[in-house]
Amino acid sequence: MKYIDEYRKKDLILGVSEEIKKISKKEISLMEVCGGHTMAIHRFGLHFLLPPNIHLLSGPGCPVCVSGQHFIDTAIAYSRLPGSIITTYGDLIRVPGSASSLEKEKAGGQDIRIVYSVLESLEIAVKNPGKNVIFLGIGFETTAPLTAAAIEEALKRNIRNFSVLSSHKVMPPVMKALVRDGVKINGFIAPGHVTAITGTGIYKDLTESFGLGVVVSGFEPVDMMQSILMLVAQFEAGKPRVEVQYQRVVREEGNPVAQKLLNKVFELKDDRWRGLGLIPLSGLKIRPGLSSFDAEKMFPLEVPVASEPKGCICGLILRGLKTPLECRLFQKKCTPSDPVGACMVSAEGTCATYYKYRS
Amino acid sequence: MCLAIPAKVIRVDGASALVMIEDTEYNASLLLLDDIKAGDYVMLHAGFAIQKVDEEEAIETMRLLIEVEKHNPE
Ligand code: SF4
Repeated sequence: MKYIDEYRKKDLILGVSEEIKKISKKEISLMEVCGGHTMAIHRFGLHFLLPPNIHLLSGPGCPVCVSGQHFIDTAIAYSRLPGSIITTYGDLIRVPGSASSLEKEKAGGQDIRIVYSVLESLEIAVKNPGKNVIFLGIGFETTAPLTAAAIEEALKRNIRNFSVLSSHKVMPPVMKALVRDGVKINGFIAPGHVTAITGTGIYKDLTESFGLGVVVSGFEPVDMMQSILMLVAQFEAGKPRVEVQYQRVVREEGNPVAQKLLNKVFELKDDRWRGLGLIPLSGLKIRPGLSSFDAEKMFPLEVPVASEPKGCICGLILRGLKTPLECRLFQKKCTPSDPVGACMVSAEGTCATYYKYRS
Repeated sequence: MCLAIPAKVIRVDGASALVMIEDTEYNASLLLLDDIKAGDYVMLHAGFAIQKVDEEEAIETMRLLIEVEKHNPE
């Protein structure tokens, strides 16, 4: 496939690996923020191609993992409301809530439908005028504009029985929170598709105020290796800055159409992250002028805040402080077919990645 | 979740496009991207084209990588 195969060539990967070994002298810890990056590293065994002084930490960039149990519990409560249809991306369906999961509710007869695109929810709403279609909005800046586009469409086409439960989040505040928290990071391998939307301006603070290197990376093995090389080169030279490795997709200004829609539909709110707690202005909520599309406004429900599953250290893993190998439940009580925590459910969760490629 | 795959645009129909990944056709919404035409490559994410792939930049990145490889023969 064009733009994929050439970025998986062994000779290129090994060439970059040799270059990294040549120039890397100091101990350095790099965090790959995005779950997609964690997957690529383990799938292609890239960590074996790096010298021992380079440490890779997995970060919080798995939307399903960070969304937390309260969101799942609320979604389940909505699915039980008479006359509701829940639409969701497949990733969420198996995440355990405190007493059930969407999958179990579906088997129990609730109307829960997996969609590939949020726009399918609009068609479902049109076909079921007597029902309330509630879409579970998860994802970062990459995915939130899609939800915004769907709300804009619903507005244009006057579809009134469609709303969104938003758990959409934004990346920069959590990256800063990790650094403030004392997680030892020298640089970030930054999420390529988030940045394709936002542009590179969102990382300015990280270099200017925190002195960290940021390289926006693609998702193929050659991309990842090149990004690591760029971060190491910055670090060895003592010149942290924002650079883009993923030039073919990321423009400095991002995607202005998507940004405009995002700002029109959403505003920032303080939001809860699994393992990290409340982070100021890190989540997206639907603007008051569009509250007829906001499920929380349309169907107010009191859902108790649940505690995390016992023994699960997903929260520490999302902060790069522990690896799944340090969890006593890993591979024993917790497996992809019977997950205890969210980090084992999503394919890009660090626990699921370790299970698949390291065992 | 943030997975996006390069897809070739076959045909543009107003606010959506027919795109192809390997031999499979998909519909891509163009609500988030202007100025797309047949033959372009776009990044497809959950049914939406979110960004255009820049051919020239891709060639430049490859050129740099091949330089690195040449300096590090096995
Ligand atoms: S292995 Fe399972 S229980 Fe342990 S941290 Fe990961 S998700 Fe939680």
